[in-house]
Amino acid sequence: MSRLHAFHGGIHPPEHKAESNGARIVQVPLPPQLVVALNQHIGHGAKPVVAAGDRVAKGQMIGRAEGRVSAAVHAPTSGRVLAVEPRVVAHPSGLAELCVVIEPDGEERWIERQRFDWRNADGPAVLDHLRDLGVVGLGGAVFPSHLKLAGARTLDTLVINGAECEPYITCDDRLMRERADEIGAGIAIVRQLMNARQVKVGIEDNKPEAIEAMRLACGGQDIEVVVVPTLYPSGGAKQLTRLLTGREVPAGVRATDLGVQCFNVGTVQALYRALEHGEPLLSRIVTLTGAVARPGNVEALLGTPLSHLMAFAGVAADVTGHVYGGPMMGFVLPSLEAGLTKSGNCIIARNAELFPPAPPEMPCIRCGTCAEACPAELQPMDLYWFARARQFGRAQERHLFDCIECGACAYVCPSNIRLVDYFRYAKSEIWAAEKSRDAATLARRRHEARQARQERDKRERAERLAARTTPRPAPPPLPEQVTPQEAPAAPAAPTDDDKQARIAAAMARAAARRAGQAGKGEGGDGA
Amino acid sequence: MRTSPFLVQPTPLQIVMLKVAGALLPGIALYAWTFGIGVLVQIALASVTALAVEAGCLKLRGRPLQPFLSDGSALVTAWLLALAVPPLAPWWMVVLATAVAIGLAKHLYGGLGQNTFNPAMVGFAVLIVSFPAQMSRWAAPLGLGMAELGGLAQLGWIFTGQLPAGLAFDAIASATPLDTVRTALGQGQPLAQILAAPIFGDVGGTGSEWIVLGWLVGGVFLWQQKLIPWQLPVGYLGALALTASAFHLADPAHYAGPGFHLATGAAMLGAFFIVTDPVTAPTTPWGRLLYAALAGVLTYLIRVFGSYPDGVAFAVLIMNIATPLIDQLTQPAVFGRKRGKAA
Repeated sequence: MSRLHAFHGGIHPPEHKAESNGARIVQVPLPPQLVVALNQHIGHGAKPVVAAGDRVAKGQMIGRAEGRVSAAVHAPTSGRVLAVEPRVVAHPSGLAELCVVIEPDGEERWIERQRFDWRNADGPAVLDHLRDLGVVGLGGAVFPSHLKLAGARTLDTLVINGAECEPYITCDDRLMRERADEIGAGIAIVRQLMNARQVKVGIEDNKPEAIEAMRLACGGQDIEVVVVPTLYPSGGAKQLTRLLTGREVPAGVRATDLGVQCFNVGTVQALYRALEHGEPLLSRIVTLTGAVARPGNVEALLGTPLSHLMAFAGVAADVTGHVYGGPMMGFVLPSLEAGLTKSGNCIIARNAELFPPAPPEMPCIRCGTCAEACPAELQPMDLYWFARARQFGRAQERHLFDCIECGACAYVCPSNIRLVDYFRYAKSEIWAAEKSRDAATLARRRHEARQARQERDKRERAERLAARTTPRPAPPPLPEQVTPQEAPAAPAAPTDDDKQARIAAAMARAAARRAGQAGKGEGGDGA
Repeated sequence: MRTSPFLVQPTPLQIVMLKVAGALLPGIALYAWTFGIGVLVQIALASVTALAVEAGCLKLRGRPLQPFLSDGSALVTAWLLALAVPPLAPWWMVVLATAVAIGLAKHLYGGLGQNTFNPAMVGFAVLIVSFPAQMSRWAAPLGLGMAELGGLAQLGWIFTGQLPAGLAFDAIASATPLDTVRTALGQGQPLAQILAAPIFGDVGGTGSEWIVLGWLVGGVFLWQQKLIPWQLPVGYLGALALTASAFHLADPAHYAGPGFHLATGAAMLGAFFIVTDPVTAPTTPWGRLLYAALAGVLTYLIRVFGSYPDGVAFAVLIMNIATPLIDQLTQPAVFGRKRGKAA
């Protein structure tokens, strides 16, 4: 039994797990339509490769991964593509994004699945395969899994996240109880791919059945199932890693570089299905709970309209809205017409009894309760002051971007201050400022380049004029052939090269930034 | 709620303030037992004044009355102030001090949570600077004065300044233990002889040492309720005791020991209820320890070498100035950014 390395802070909100963790996972009947979003992961949205009217088979790729930080999207069942158009997606903004609308034909006709011999394939091929099968983190952060697997020659500890610390959510609990063998097989695959020295599975002590099932499934292998105390947010990737290994992964650093990596149990199971059965990610387990008649866990096809799911669970009359994800980190769904996405681990129907309206916000009295609860060891009350005073630079100095937005500070605040909102506001202001600064820099460079061009043209015109006025030995070239752009090819060349180099450098910077942002997203797997 | 988290822990500010007020009760009960009902009259006067001034200021500032009047913070300020003035001080003194505390020290700075200085201590400082004579006239503990005032007579004295016929105030008054020691030392008496007087009990003042125990009980309750961090009282009392010990060891004939300093004056009340004011104290663990320790040392220096009856108020006010700097200098390391840790 390995020693636990408790992290700072944490809270004990009411668990509300008993409502939904008792019954087995059930399959949701096929909905009349599937609305499959093309961007269901962190990074670039997939590029559609089907058009309205196409017939698609179950598992057929309908969106190709675009670039490195992306993942493919597939037809969850066989049927006909009705449209490829912007639809409302499961996002707090309520904005429409490109979706593939599929009308199922009910035949469940599979595309021909090809067994992939991952044991004998080289590393990059395995990763490309996973990207093309659309496997992403299913703990909620939906970070493309192939990126997490990349770049590890050896790993000290592989952490498997079965903590599931957020109230209400029980999909990982049920998955571990019912499909522990597949998770175990997935763990073996990831361990081999990452060459991990040891594997630790962290599960909170409020899931004894899941712990038992996982111990049984991992019995033959050298895998340690570690029971961790129930304390939100022990299921945060960084917190669980610290809890099990004592290592702290700072914001913006790849966990793999520190010899640890964390995968959610659902992700590992999906990896197993992908590599051993050639199955792309087509469905996920989602907890339907809150003010519903039949709370529980269902396995639903991606793209299933959320209204279909909630109708299946039986929404109570007094429901005032729905939360996508857990009550600590989820968001209010702007519409139930959106389709289920890979990140959808839970839908909670809200009513006034379960979620009473927030009491009025009082002034901060600097009591420091938030700092005691903060698992990132920040000083939330100071960050709050900086955000209010628009002192974003100071907020950044005090590591605002290390905040994982777990909500522990806002939960404990005796003044009921919505601290996380202030932090989101400060972050978005900083991002906006960075963006406009980048835009200004680009505009300035363009302006300078234009000025240089104009001066060069002027100089060259003057030179040409001077050349014309002097007597020429040879007949002059035809005027049409000497356009102002072509004639001074020689002197212009280095400038063009300069520009090319600048463009290349800018693209490299942008790529680095994207990778950096993606790296940040990596942290949130689990919960 | 439109954004996460959608759950909140139901421990509103009101409950926090109520618990602080509740923690004062054992000490207040012992206070009234020892010195008579004067202290209760002061508390009542201060409470009414605090609520009235709070309401007036809120109205002037265009803020809602209900949430701020009921948050309990004004009452806590009022109670602390009432406990700091002599129990037989004339009524207008505590009224003036409370008005200054709430109106000036709290609302001029922006109200709850915005004040730089501890409001109760600002109110107290105004009194001690403006009316030093009245502020050093404490009633003798019951049973130790030449004469005694009944409850009604105490009321009469506080509100009208009239004593029952044939009684001079000096007959019922007494210098505080701290004052007695300082005055007698100034007259060249040895410490051991001074402390043998009936006004001194086993460790502190007769009777008042029990009140000190009351503050300690309330303080431990607050710590157990996680409403005050241990760094503040421990740092404060520890530094006060260490400084007193150092002086005592160097010259025992002149300087009283640590027990005497912990058990007299406002040291214990200050350690658990004044130094711990979250608004004006630092928020980092090391910062709290440093702040409290420096306040402890200052308290000792002011009460032993200064000319004020006690040093708690000025020590706290001086340290309030340093709070932002201390916070700045003692920022704890953030997750994943600790030096010398594997990660």
